[in-house]
Amino acid sequence: MEKFTTHTGIGVPLRQSNVDTDQIIPAVYLKRITRTGFEDALFAAWRKDPAFILNQEPFNAGSVLVAGPDFGTGSSREHAVWALKDYGFKTVLSSRFADIFRGNSGKQGLLAAELAQDDIELIWKELENAPGTAVTVDLVSKTVQCGNIVAPFEIDDYTRWRLLEGLDDIGLTLKHEEDITTFETTRPSFMPKTLPARLS
Amino acid sequence: MAKTLAEKVWDAHVVRKGDGEGANAQPDLLFIDLHLVHEVTSPQAFEGLRLAGRKLRRPDLTIATEDHNTPTLDIDKPIADLTSRTQIQTLRNNCQEFGVRLHSLGDAEQGIVHVVGPQLGLTQPGMTVVCGDSHTSTHGAFGALAMGIGTSEVEHVMATQTLSLKPFKTMAINVEGTLRPGVSAKDIILAVIAKIGTGGGQGYVLEYRGSAIRALSMEARMTICNMSIEAGARAGLVAPDQTTYDYMFGRPHAPQGEEWDAAVGYWNTLRSDDDATFDVAVDLDADSLEPFVTWGTNPGQGVSLSARVPSPEDFGDENAKAAAERALQYMGLEAGTPMKDIRVDTVFLGSCTNSRMEDLRAAADIIRGRTKDPNIRMLVVPGSARVRLEAEAEGLDRVFKDFGAEWRFAGCSMCLGMNPDQLEPGERCASTSNRNFEGRQGKGGRTHLVSPVVAAATAVRGTLSSPSDLEPAPGAAASGTAAA
Repeated sequence: MEKFTTHTGIGVPLRQSNVDTDQIIPAVYLKRITRTGFEDALFAAWRKDPAFILNQEPFNAGSVLVAGPDFGTGSSREHAVWALKDYGFKTVLSSRFADIFRGNSGKQGLLAAELAQDDIELIWKELENAPGTAVTVDLVSKTVQCGNIVAPFEIDDYTRWRLLEGLDDIGLTLKHEEDITTFETTRPSFMPKTLPARLS
Repeated sequence: MAKTLAEKVWDAHVVRKGDGEGANAQPDLLFIDLHLVHEVTSPQAFEGLRLAGRKLRRPDLTIATEDHNTPTLDIDKPIADLTSRTQIQTLRNNCQEFGVRLHSLGDAEQGIVHVVGPQLGLTQPGMTVVCGDSHTSTHGAFGALAMGIGTSEVEHVMATQTLSLKPFKTMAINVEGTLRPGVSAKDIILAVIAKIGTGGGQGYVLEYRGSAIRALSMEARMTICNMSIEAGARAGLVAPDQTTYDYMFGRPHAPQGEEWDAAVGYWNTLRSDDDATFDVAVDLDADSLEPFVTWGTNPGQGVSLSARVPSPEDFGDENAKAAAERALQYMGLEAGTPMKDIRVDTVFLGSCTNSRMEDLRAAADIIRGRTKDPNIRMLVVPGSARVRLEAEAEGLDRVFKDFGAEWRFAGCSMCLGMNPDQLEPGERCASTSNRNFEGRQGKGGRTHLVSPVVAAATAVRGTLSSPSDLEPAPGAAASGTAAA
């Protein structure tokens, strides 16, 4: 995973709550077996509307998505994170993220930064009044800067550390492989195994 | 120290406690007892293992099935959609390469992953269960800690049989009282989500408690736990009891003989201690509950079926108001319209929420001896090939076919329309599935989430209806098992 320390890019105000992962990437695009190449799939249904924010310059070149509360609800599809990244987004700001989406983002180096809704509203206004305004998201100081607005954001320390270091989760866990092996010996024998298969 | 059920299951699976204390604590490493796999969220995870030269650690705790992409017609022919066919073939190749048990299309155990696990007896109390699918919360009905995960975590579980997780907060959902006839588990969970909102459960594991929950069958409990994710929760569970044990007993992978006794001894310890404290408690009155239905584009936008379409002005919060306005526009609805005046085009009975035997029986009991509204298309999609076989053995397929419904093969089908079962733009559907998001069932499709008996009554009348709206069936006395 790439390290994330700070990012500056055009902010995109997405004034909408409950942006579920079916909107971020409709199911029809989930049939692919690759991990990249999803840029065309991002917000595919909404992008058919010429008035949609990503169809307008300079927002189409944005890399900081500023969304309403409850972003990423619904399906666990990590494709939502891949699509945002493939399009060019490095970070999403919202006052509340769905748990699974937040987790998926952390695994893929997309920064999900949680801001107060009041600060989100201020940033929306700034971006709408001055389209193309750059937003800087600094993971070291946990602050967002947009025009004259400076706002703090929340992220759990563990995810922040992993993002800052660009660490691979599986590699970290396998350092404790002995603990896993020890645990496995204590698992009760009545707990089921899928193999050998027993059928009705 | 007194613990809740979720905390007990958690503690029994800690491989390694995270370093640090309180807010700065690192995640715990938890052992995963069962990993369910399907074709959509696994290919990139298998590829990750391959690229890193890693093995799948515990094939004997892993099982795969084909469900999201699979057609529900002509399953003996090659899948027409090439990308779907490729994805399914990729799962088959991966399972062969990594030694994973797979139930393919055509196999008697194939079906929706959350129907197959419990049906085989692989889902048991006190386990940790994960799957790259948010509706994994279904398995919580057995008193398991069951969570949906993303593809990176799927790969992590494949490689290590563990997950790094931060402890959750706990929420008690107390449902006391007795459900009226025609009111079912689906109505309970839709009412819970409407009450706490789609974000209300974020960061929580929900435990469903109270006399109304205890009175529910296992399949009804699965319906409730299934939709925990729609309230934003990572998991939802119900403490196991005799109902659970009776359901488990004799299933292929249930413990046998002395192992059964040892298991029951353990399962009996799996309940929240009397003096355990939940971070939050929510109460719901079962006695006054009516059939519930959604009017909007997220599962929290629901009302009683006897109510009217709300107005954006009914919402104080600006975001909720804007969301309601947008939802009404998408759904093509006018504020103030009685919900029961809404005419639908399609009825979908299926999905991991409501596609089990009881769901099919409850719907069949409503339509038996009645006539379908001629303008309604009704799709009945059993949750698994096994459910389909059992239903046919009971003659339910005949009931549905005589009524004019389409009797299909098992899979996720129109819940998310990854296969050809989709709504047309503007088409309105009463659906027993779990999500009414924009475009979920097909581009431009409009979804109203309902229970199986409401779906059935709607198919008879053509408008959103509850069983109590129906005239008595001619000839046969209506069998009164609507409250499944």
